[in-house]
Amino acid sequence: MSTLTAPRAEAVATSRSGARVRQHSPLGRALIVTALVVVALLWLAPLAWALITSLKPEAETTDVPLQVVPDAGFTGTAYGTVLGNDNLITWFVNSTLVAVVVTVLTVAVSALAAYGFSRCSFRGRGLLFALTVAGIMVPPQILVVPLYREVLAMGLADTYWGIILPQLAVPTMVFILKSFFDGIPRELEEAARVDGAGSFRVFWQVVLPLSRSILAAVAIFVFIGAWNNFLWPFIITSNPDLMTLPVGLVQVQSSFGVRYAQVMASALLAGLPLIIVFMLFQRQIIRGVATTGLGGR
Amino acid sequence: MATTASGRTTVPAPRARQPRRTTSSLTTNPGGFWFVLPFVLVYAAFTVFPVLYGFGMSFFNVSLAGAPTSFVGLDNYAELLGDSQVWRTLGHTLLFTVISTVPLVVVSLAMALLVHTGVKGQWFWRFSFFAPYLLPVSTVVLIWNWLMQGDFGFINGVLGGLGLPTVGWLSDEGVALTSVVLITVWWTVGFNFLLYLSALQAIPESVYEAAALDGAGGWRRTVSMTLPLLKGTTGLVVVLQVLASLKIFDQAYILFGGSGGPGGAAAPILQHVYDTGFVNYRLGYASAISYVFFALIIVVSLGQFALSRRRGRTAA
Repeated sequence: MSTLTAPRAEAVATSRSGARVRQHSPLGRALIVTALVVVALLWLAPLAWALITSLKPEAETTDVPLQVVPDAGFTGTAYGTVLGNDNLITWFVNSTLVAVVVTVLTVAVSALAAYGFSRCSFRGRGLLFALTVAGIMVPPQILVVPLYREVLAMGLADTYWGIILPQLAVPTMVFILKSFFDGIPRELEEAARVDGAGSFRVFWQVVLPLSRSILAAVAIFVFIGAWNNFLWPFIITSNPDLMTLPVGLVQVQSSFGVRYAQVMASALLAGLPLIIVFMLFQRQIIRGVATTGLGGR
Repeated sequence: MATTASGRTTVPAPRARQPRRTTSSLTTNPGGFWFVLPFVLVYAAFTVFPVLYGFGMSFFNVSLAGAPTSFVGLDNYAELLGDSQVWRTLGHTLLFTVISTVPLVVVSLAMALLVHTGVKGQWFWRFSFFAPYLLPVSTVVLIWNWLMQGDFGFINGVLGGLGLPTVGWLSDEGVALTSVVLITVWWTVGFNFLLYLSALQAIPESVYEAAALDGAGGWRRTVSMTLPLLKGTTGLVVVLQVLASLKIFDQAYILFGGSGGPGGAAAPILQHVYDTGFVNYRLGYASAISYVFFALIIVVSLGQFALSRRRGRTAA
């Protein structure tokens, strides 16, 4: 954990929090620890049981009474089967492709627009920005019916672009980035412009490097949202070869029937990438929740 | 381009001599529209247009099956008023919102307060409580569907082992919606937990030190100082949670394989929209139901906005 936080901040945090926990009586401290352990167990138990089930031989998954260690011992057969099944790999590739393209394009489009709204003046800017902010209130779920017809008419049903394009307009992210850009002192840009840099070069070479942390937060949340998005990909894809993981997984249950070890293995494999992303970017994600307060919904 | 700054006068003076930050040609960048254009295009095509198109569709009889489209005026809205399934699913949605928001706020606050005491293993606690939020909804539901099986499910197994009666999580009409609430709390509480945790970390340490000097114990400090300081955050968490809970669809739909649960007892209004549009192919009518739901979301959003402004004014 110390590798994820700057050493100094870590030291400060522990000395402070150590003081805070010491302010409780010994009984209070024992109660706090007990409560934390109980809640953590409750929260981890579903994942633990899913993992245990996925490692059992199929014949023993539904044994009653519950048994943690199967008589025949743990086995990786279920993982071998689901990974040997082309579908899961295909859906994984689709999900990665869709989430990466959505993230790159959304961040690019939103950052450009946010800079335009923050720093440039042009006719209709106020109106356009007001329209953008109003869009924050529009739940994507109410758009699926008209969007479906629209994307169908564009000939993009059952295509990657049909999945990707409707996910790119995220007014929340434009708003968050604009607020951040508004806070950057203009003097830095003016210096660059005196040196003859054009608007885009100022944006690219001055503003973006100053905004790395917020761009990372936005990118991570767009990625989480895109990776986990269910409703739109579910509606717009019927070809199994184009499905993303969340959509494909729902088919798994029917196709694997009651083979619970395989169902749990697929479910856990689909969840693994973002868990790894979290372990790598824990600090950015936690800060991102604090600064955006809206991400991922 | 320098003239476009609305209402603000540009004084042409030598830049180097100007210590004040005025609106110069340098801050009103030329070519601004080109920055906004890509967003405007996707936003117009995939948000503004469908919003208007869907509203228009709600006045027509539109079928996916290829039957001709005909103007029906307000008929769809009139039909909706008498559609018992609309009221029933709306009722499920509101009930779900109430019974999910309470634990999602209370449990996340409790988690944050516990973790913020600084007990060792900060990384582990954060991971345990937040990790489920990162899982795709399908993963979450597949796992819980397995845990909630009646005869050989984990939860009933544990209940039985403790000598408690087992529960028909997925088969009992009176329990189905509660099952969706349990899953939702487990899945999304971590997000609220992080909001609370960052708010707690923003409280200056000196506040606690002063209280400690006054001899206030840990529990009393929490009740009399920390909770009042978190009022603003709680407002934000409640609002975000109510708006998120009203949009319930994915978990409920997947958990019951699109059936809406035993006797349809766990079907939210968005599922009725989905069924009407994509199962019964009545897109115009589905749009009309969407717009009633949209109106509800807007009322809640505006109500919250008015409330927070009034609260802001009295606090100031």
